Parts: sequence; C-alpha cells; structure tokens
Amino acid sequence: MNHLRAHGLLFYGSILVVFLLQLAPMPQALLAFKPYWPALVLVYWALEAPDRVGLGFAFLLGLCGDMLTGEVLGEQALRLVSLAFIVLRFRSRLRFFPMWQQAVAVLALLLNDRVVLLMMRAFGGDPRPPATFWIAPFVGMLAWPWIFLLLDDLRSRLRARDA
Amino acid sequence: MALARNDSSPLFAEGASSTLRLVIYLALAIILMVVDRHFHYVEILRMRASAVIEPIYRLAAMPAKLAHDARLAFSDRNALTEENARLREALMLSQTRLNRLGVVQEQNQRLKQLLDVQNGLGVGVQLAKLIDLDLDPLRHRIVLDAGSGEGVSIGQALIDAHGVVGQIIEVMPHTSKAMLITDPSHALPVRIERSGVRVIATGSGVVDRLDLLNIPASADVKVGDKLVTSGFGGRFPAGFPVGEIIEVKNDPSGLFGAAVARPSAALDRAGEVLLLHELADPIGPPPPAETPGPPPAVVPKTIAAPAAPTTP
Repeated sequence: MNHLRAHGLLFYGSILVVFLLQLAPMPQALLAFKPYWPALVLVYWALEAPDRVGLGFAFLLGLCGDMLTGEVLGEQALRLVSLAFIVLRFRSRLRFFPMWQQAVAVLALLLNDRVVLLMMRAFGGDPRPPATFWIAPFVGMLAWPWIFLLLDDLRSRLRARDA
Repeated sequence: MALARNDSSPLFAEGASSTLRLVIYLALAIILMVVDRHFHYVEILRMRASAVIEPIYRLAAMPAKLAHDARLAFSDRNALTEENARLREALMLSQTRLNRLGVVQEQNQRLKQLLDVQNGLGVGVQLAKLIDLDLDPLRHRIVLDAGSGEGVSIGQALIDAHGVVGQIIEVMPHTSKAMLITDPSHALPVRIERSGVRVIATGSGVVDRLDLLNIPASADVKVGDKLVTSGFGGRFPAGFPVGEIIEVKNDPSGLFGAAVARPSAALDRAGEVLLLHELADPIGPPPPAETPGPPPAVVPKTIAAPAAPTTP
C-alpha cells in the first residue's frame, strides 16, 4: 500500500470512528461528560495536515454531523468552521506548544465552541441548558493528549513501515 | 512532513484560513440553518441518504448492543429464574385484571351502542425496539428500529407499560426518530385525573421531570395527583397515564400556579416501546353533516349506480 493511501485511510478512518463515538450510547449519568469528539479530531488534523483540512473541509464535516445527529442543517458546520478557523490561524504556535499548554488551548477552543452552540440554541428558542453543559469541554481537554498521542503514534507507524 | 508553504509570514498564515472565507462559510451555515428551520429539508435529505445513515446508526449502536447481549448470555441462572417468577406473577395479576376489564368492556360496548357513540378506545399497537444511540445530549430523542417500511408514520404516539413516552418526529425506511415527552421543545396536553383540570405538560430537558406551567391559581392541584393525556391536540389518545405531580409551587409572577411532575414511563431505561397505530380522534366539534339532498332512491338510477363491472 502506498504511503498516501495508507495516510488517507487513517484520516478518513479517524473521522468515521469519531462519528461512531459521538453516536455511541452512554449511561444517562455520564451523558454530560461526553466531549465533542469531531472537534478534537478536527483540531488534530488541522494542526498536522493543514493541506487536507481547510475551512471547506470543516464545513463538510459539520454538514455530515448534522445529517447524522442534528436537526438543523448547518449548526455543526458553523461550529466546526469557526473552530477550524481559529486553529488554522494559530497553527504555527499551537504546534510547538508543550502538551499541557496545547490541552489548555483545546479547552479554550471547546469552551468557545460551547458559547457558539449556546448562542445558536438561544436563537432557536431553546431554554438555558443545565450547568452540566459546561463539563464536556473539560473532559475534552483531558482527552486531548490521548487522542494526540494515539493519532501521532499511528501516523509514525505508517511512516516507519513506509520508509 | 515538510509542507510546501508559499506564504511569507508563517506565524500568521493567511492562506487557507482567510477571514473572507470564514465569513463566507459562516454566512452559508447561517443561511442553511435559517432555511432549514422554515422548510425542514434536513429530514428529506436524511431520508434520501438513509442508505448510508441507517448502517452508521446500527454500527454505532452495536458495541452497546453486544455488551447488553453478552450480559444477558452470561447472567446467572438465579437472576433469570427470579425474573421469570416475577414476570409470571405480574402476568397473572394483569390477566385477572384483564378478565374483569373484559366484562366491563362488554358492558361499555352495549351502553355505547345504546348511546350511538362512534369513537372507541380501540387502538392497534406495534412493538418497536430502541436503537441505543445518543444524538444530542441537550435534546431527548430516541431512535427506533422501525421505519416507514414497517408502517411507522410521523406523529404516532409512543407508550410503554407505564405511560406515554413520546411521539415520532421523523421516519426513514427502517428507522425512525422520536421525541420524548421530556424534550425541552415538547408539550403534551394533560388532564389531572382527580380534578379534571387541564394543563400543558412541557418537557424540562431533565429525564425525570415534566413542568406544568400557567395553571390557573384557583385550580385544584395537589402533590400526588395523577396526570393522564387529555386527547386535545389529536396526537395522543385520551386517558393514557403521563405522570404524577411531585411538587406544586407558584410561578415567578405569582399570577399562576406551576407544578413539577415525574413521568410514569421508564424514559431512561426503556428497551422497547409500543407505537400506537391509529392517531387519536381530535376532540372537538363533530364533523359537518353531509349536504342535504334528495334521498338516494329519488336519484335517477343512471347516475346513482356506477357502471357495473361486466363479468365474463
């Protein structure tokens, strides 16, 4: 298998897995702790493969998410585009942050994403969500190093086998 | 991986993420959302893409289903025997009650014939399994493994053994999506069984809680009152249990009362639900009488009788 194809497989595979993770059921008590998986993987690929991930890709990814889970087309597209924009803007700095600093940056991104979501839901006429609404970004921050290490490891394995 | 970068200042790379493109994409997303809110075309799109979406749903639910099946397969004999005994007991109780109900129903039928009442309580049901998925933690939606192919249609009411669960809001060929009564955007017309007061039970976004708002201050509402569907609105048939009031208070303005109820259906642990087949008859004024005209006997035969099929 040539390098590019294996790389593409990992890329699209990770996106499929992320959607499955987002859909996978959880016990009622843990529901609030579920991070917004597509955002995390999008951040990773925006940092590591900006030639693949642009705003247009984030938009498409969001539309796929909306088709799968949302009820208004464009909601996740807007969230992911704004997320991708920030990551791509600060990509060169984020990339050289130590892990803990990167995790804090991811927390900030996810909190921002929650604010965007809250604003859109408020326009849609939803009542204010419970306080547990704000837990998920912190779980996302804790999950970030693991996702980063896992995907990095998979990629370096591909490269090593290729070389 | 060495990246071919042709921009001059790598620290503030414009290129792929220029502000103009951001604005265009954001505007596009907002337009999509606004249009979708009005026309709900995401449901049509999802119906079209169901060949892709349905397998993804099944795939996502598979690990949990496997875990559940494995637990069932390895659950110990004692627990199963115990459960069996309990179910047998419950069945016997229900059977006894049904027998009594049969007599009452017969009597009711006769009385109704006397009164010439048309609409009955007879409803067909269909069992549907839940596909265990989490669509949006802020919304209370469930996915069922029956869709338009199995005769499910939008607006059908869902019940379980204890009470009303929700209603179908979207159908695909072999799956459908339902909104639970606790969803923040759901409202259910209910009646307090004891006093007959009619109120609207809105979803609270919390799985074991329904809000009853804007109850007239003089209304007779007490903790422990049972709520049943009132049949208004035509979505839910009248008389199904909905919940029990656990708290009565005043709303912030002080002009109205408010109450909190606990749904009687097992919303958070239901594995199977019943789909009611016929939509409820909306309670309201009777349909207009047929246009008066000459009795059929007077109408000339050539018009009244359609051409009889010729039999070979």
